[in-house]
Amino acid sequence: MASMIGMRVKRKEDPKLITGNGNFTDDIKLPGMLYAAFLRSTHAHARIKRIDVSQAVELPGVVAVYTGEDLTGKIKSVPTSWYVPGCNLKAKDRSPLAVDKVLYVGEGVAMVVAEDRYTAYDALNAIEVEYEELKAVTGQEAALKDGAPLVHEDVKNNLAFLWKAGDVPDEAFTNAEVVVRERYYEQRVVPNPMETRAAVAQYNSGSGDMTVWCTSQNPHIHRMVYAEVLGIPESKLRIIAPDVGGGFGAKIGVYADEAVVAYAARHLKRPVKWMEDRKEHFMATNHARDEVIEVELAGKRDGTMTALRVRNTANMGAYLSTMGAGVPTICFGLMVTGAYAIPQAAVEVYGVYTNTTPTDAYRGAGKPESAYQIERAVDAFAREIGMDPVEIRRKNFVPKEKFPYDTAMAVTYDSGDYMLTLDKALEIADYEELRREQEALRKQGRYLGIGLSTYVELCGLGPSKVAGAIGLQFGQWENATVRVHPSGKVTVLTGASPHGQGEDTTFAQVVADKFGVPLEDIEVLHGDTQMIPMGWGTYGSRTTPVGGAAVAIAAERVTEKAKKIAAHELEVSTEDLEFSDGIFQVKGVPGHQRTFQEIARSANMAWNLPEGMEPALEAQSFFDPSNFVYPFGAHICVVEVDSNTGQIELKRYIAVDDVGRVINPMIAEGQVHGGLAQGIGQALWEGAVYEENGQLISGTFMDYTMPKADFFPVLETAFTETPSPVNPLGAKGVGETGATASPPAVVNAVLDALRPFGITHLDMPLTPEKVWRAMQKGRKEA
Amino acid sequence: MIPSTFDYVRAETVEDAIKLLVESEGEGKLLAGGHSLLPLMKFRLTSPGTLIDINHISDLQGVQLKDERLVVGALTTHRDIIKDQLVQEHIPVLAQTARQIGDIQVRSRGTVGGNIAHADPAADLPGVALALEAEIELQDEDGKQRVSADGFFFGPLLTALPETSVLTAVSFLIPPMHAKSVYVKYEHPASGYAVVGVCAIAGKNASGKVDFIRVGINGVSDVAYRASAVEEALLGKAVTEENIRKAALLATKDAEMSGDMFASAEYRSHLCSIYTERALKQVLL
Repeated sequence: MASMIGMRVKRKEDPKLITGNGNFTDDIKLPGMLYAAFLRSTHAHARIKRIDVSQAVELPGVVAVYTGEDLTGKIKSVPTSWYVPGCNLKAKDRSPLAVDKVLYVGEGVAMVVAEDRYTAYDALNAIEVEYEELKAVTGQEAALKDGAPLVHEDVKNNLAFLWKAGDVPDEAFTNAEVVVRERYYEQRVVPNPMETRAAVAQYNSGSGDMTVWCTSQNPHIHRMVYAEVLGIPESKLRIIAPDVGGGFGAKIGVYADEAVVAYAARHLKRPVKWMEDRKEHFMATNHARDEVIEVELAGKRDGTMTALRVRNTANMGAYLSTMGAGVPTICFGLMVTGAYAIPQAAVEVYGVYTNTTPTDAYRGAGKPESAYQIERAVDAFAREIGMDPVEIRRKNFVPKEKFPYDTAMAVTYDSGDYMLTLDKALEIADYEELRREQEALRKQGRYLGIGLSTYVELCGLGPSKVAGAIGLQFGQWENATVRVHPSGKVTVLTGASPHGQGEDTTFAQVVADKFGVPLEDIEVLHGDTQMIPMGWGTYGSRTTPVGGAAVAIAAERVTEKAKKIAAHELEVSTEDLEFSDGIFQVKGVPGHQRTFQEIARSANMAWNLPEGMEPALEAQSFFDPSNFVYPFGAHICVVEVDSNTGQIELKRYIAVDDVGRVINPMIAEGQVHGGLAQGIGQALWEGAVYEENGQLISGTFMDYTMPKADFFPVLETAFTETPSPVNPLGAKGVGETGATASPPAVVNAVLDALRPFGITHLDMPLTPEKVWRAMQKGRKEA
Repeated sequence: MIPSTFDYVRAETVEDAIKLLVESEGEGKLLAGGHSLLPLMKFRLTSPGTLIDINHISDLQGVQLKDERLVVGALTTHRDIIKDQLVQEHIPVLAQTARQIGDIQVRSRGTVGGNIAHADPAADLPGVALALEAEIELQDEDGKQRVSADGFFFGPLLTALPETSVLTAVSFLIPPMHAKSVYVKYEHPASGYAVVGVCAIAGKNASGKVDFIRVGINGVSDVAYRASAVEEALLGKAVTEENIRKAALLATKDAEMSGDMFASAEYRSHLCSIYTERALKQVLL
């Protein structure tokens, strides 16, 4: 049988999902269930003078209305979970519902519980809140200024933290032959998974057990935090993430809303459901990005880059969300030098409170911002010295033979061959021909642009001691259980909590490959804290390199035990056995064999096991990786800009990624496609916009452009495979590569197209009007 | 995203619907395709007390050829328009426009009458209706009347449709045989509505001079409009790129451009001329 690793197997999880038979949180209906709805702040910054719920409570069907005061002393505030050290981090308590003050539009002010959802929404309208409006501040640079409104009265200049890493002497810039100085605004985006957040809570007042079904990327993290918030021991708190309709980072976060729902279920002794609506999602679920990034890149006229200094002023929103502080610091800061051997680098990050929705991880989390600044700066450098963007990359890449490579930011890139992915991308694109075509079209007054992005990103965070050292309040190992039933069918339990990424299939492939059993015989289960011993969830492209590695190790342990049993039954030593295609075969003695299924039965019956061996056929792994993994690649984007209107046509997009060993190329391609849609979406269309007074004016899909399938050309994807030495699968993460690589590829392409207009900078999203105005200005100056 | 309480009644005839409207004393709203109304209700931007469902009134369905015009029943869906033989034969631009409305769900449920009655200035039909000199047929307790499209659209979501009337049909002029027609649209990437939508219908005589021209524009201003200045500038003129370009520059003359987060008034004004030029080139060159 061919290896299952690398096979294009269709996703096991899809038939139920595409036939409408998934089981999402909103599908859960329990007898006697009540429905909750939140009243959310309509002001960005205001004092709550008075809340009158008396009319709401009187409405027929309303069971309870809770305000912040009602919950004081009943449940605790939800803490941040990333205390980045050494940056004077000032985390502020966030009451489950606002008390005294509201700090952003969308903050929870009250929660209604009613017999049905319609009544709950009607009751929201019947609650009277008297606000005393305060001056709001939404931009991070404005918020840092003296005299700016203070989001938290005791946080001076709204500075939540100031993080510095690396050191570059000024001479590195003052004495340099070339220095480019750039300033980029990485705009705020709204993650918008297809399924918004939701929770159903059920409390058993007899046993004291609480079960919460919720839209979580990491149910054990939710259990750990909610146990503390609700005052329920982890042994009595069960978190279930059933089918989850995407998260993209927004469902890592531990929010107060779900805890308030659980509190109500306990208080009212009836199950309570809350389903966030889309309008609510736009303001109540974490946003992302929103960073002002200033870059200084020094080097020589021959193209050698010698020093990099980066300042990131990051808008954290009104509170530090779960992983909030780690995103612009660790995730962004450690990757600023990208794929290049820049010997000196330094980063400083200002984390700033504003009267906006908190920002947190979103597909890539810090790495897209980091790739964006270095990939744009490298293009600016090339432009400055008149070098082709391909050549400058070749000149500065970390060479293949230098891996593992210690960067100026003190991380160790595990493995890489950056030239390989670049060469392959150039070949697919036919780069030379594209440049000729560009030249020819320019003569006709048509503007073709070719943009590159040769990114590297960090994922699969580990080992756990590093997580501790960087202040993350989680472990970063992963757990797997591989359980073989008497029939030889297999259950795999994983502590990762995939929610669309396809690990029901890829983990089954890993196990099928070990055991030589059909894929249909393997069931991968996840998402229930009562079923899964422990785990840290799915985010940061960790599921396969960490969770998958744990599965591979557990499966190997099962194989070893099975082999001992087979050897015992066949009365040979294990060295005399070979195991392939699910059969333990005595070498050189045809017919003298046991099938995997026979051994499964033997192990579970335990009638005749080797002396001292415990029964059953099951193994666990708690895998803690020795390092992060660093996927990389080369993306090329080709655009044409309409010089009349500024509209951008995406003509081609080529993505060559190296994510180590690929378990299922079809699923990996799907992950790349999804990442590209979100990354290109950020480059061209998406953007959350606040008015000065803190009103979110891009709060619906009528104004906020989520890319649609027909916005894209056929995406040309390919992989090279440079295995990671960090885990037994040799796998790296793939989920975030597209979102990380594509924004600079697209923007570099558009700027390349607009070179004849003298345009060297545009901020995302590249809306047609923005492009048109820049061209108008360019025409005037020319 | 949950509407407030409302009653639902089904009208079996137009008379029935009128009676229910009168009885609702301003609280009633007709439900056709619902693709504009229901989102407004879910955002609680409107909270009608009663939805009067007119979907089962068979008199309001279908397309007929009558007195040199196509009469389109108010409940005819955009999908019906796309597939309709009479439309294909006599006014293909109606089908070409309908194809650009919303997405497949909207086209399957959304109706011509609903679109016109709702009068969203960024919807695609108002401009076409103006260019095709549409007449809106209304019926109330006192009987039937017709209002020309020119006098029907007042402003954003504002029309000459009285509260107790039912819009029963829209009739469109069949353009002269030699005229060509097109609807070009710059679609808002989020909403799918027109940032600018230009319907141009024009023909030229044997000597190459423009002898018929109608231009209707939606998306750029508070209300859809006939671009009379463009029409006047080209009528009787020779068809040349230069004449078209000059005329297209007048596309904004009959309206005040509006701006929003996606496109400022200045940019819209620019687009309006560009798209008018594109539309005119398609039908005249």
